Amino acid sequence: MQLVGAIITLIGSIFLFLGALGVFRMPDVFNRIQAGTKATTLGTMLFLIGITIGHTDVVPTLKIIILILFILFTNPLSSHALARAAHYIKTPLAEETVRDDLAKDEDRKEP
Amino acid sequence: MKNIKSFVFLFIFLYIFWLLLNPWNWQALLAGAVIVALISGIFRKYGEILAQFKLNPKSILYSLIYIFVFLKELIKSNLDVAQRVLSPKLPITPGIVKVKTNLNSDFAKTILANSITLTPGTLSVDLKGKFLYIHWINVTTEGIEATSRAIVGKFEKYLEVMFD
Repeated sequence: MQLVGAIITLIGSIFLFLGALGVFRMPDVFNRIQAGTKATTLGTMLFLIGITIGHTDVVPTLKIIILILFILFTNPLSSHALARAAHYIKTPLAEETVRDDLAKDEDRKEP
Repeated sequence: MKNIKSFVFLFIFLYIFWLLLNPWNWQALLAGAVIVALISGIFRKYGEILAQFKLNPKSILYSLIYIFVFLKELIKSNLDVAQRVLSPKLPITPGIVKVKTNLNSDFAKTILANSITLTPGTLSVDLKGKFLYIHWINVTTEGIEATSRAIVGKFEKYLEVMFD
């Protein structure tokens, strides 16, 4: 049973590593947030589930369920706030960007 | 009636957290019930958002299906990120697109925006009324209709049933 937990924890850490690599390789802030959010959410979830499987007590398991719930709800929320703030202060987008509907809509309102 | 509904929803929501945090003997359960009842009585205004959830068998069934749909998308999106990050050329054509949603309740929109952030290649940037602005790492469609179907469609059909 502990071996299964260890393997799941390992898979989680691989996802976390790929997320870090994504933050390093992506060209602009939005793409970086994308790579960061998704990988950390599933990575941390798998990491915690792996730890739980190693344990047999009930109380730590329940607390880890709480941790997973909070990560699931707050992680996308924080990335959403970061992305919105980044767009609001007109952070430059990558050269590959093909369109930006939000900037278009905001410019229309300003005289 | 609306007040009672938001009280009950807030009570259940908070009591679940109490159960997860505390040992399960009758003293802790009773103390928790009293404290949670007090808190949800005082803050029942904030339960209104939770009370937007419809309470019927169909919506509960759809919530359970939604969890599985969401987990599938989460795993797919991680494999997608892994594939993009590991390929030497970094294949991205990013852009911020505008999509329209038909959902009315705030709770449903919150869950939709969160789900979009965790699905393959999309990140919600802003929400204005019925329009969501989404950073898409691989823009493939043109026009609001097609884009909305591609990004929002798969979640919307469940959320429409679940919330008012």
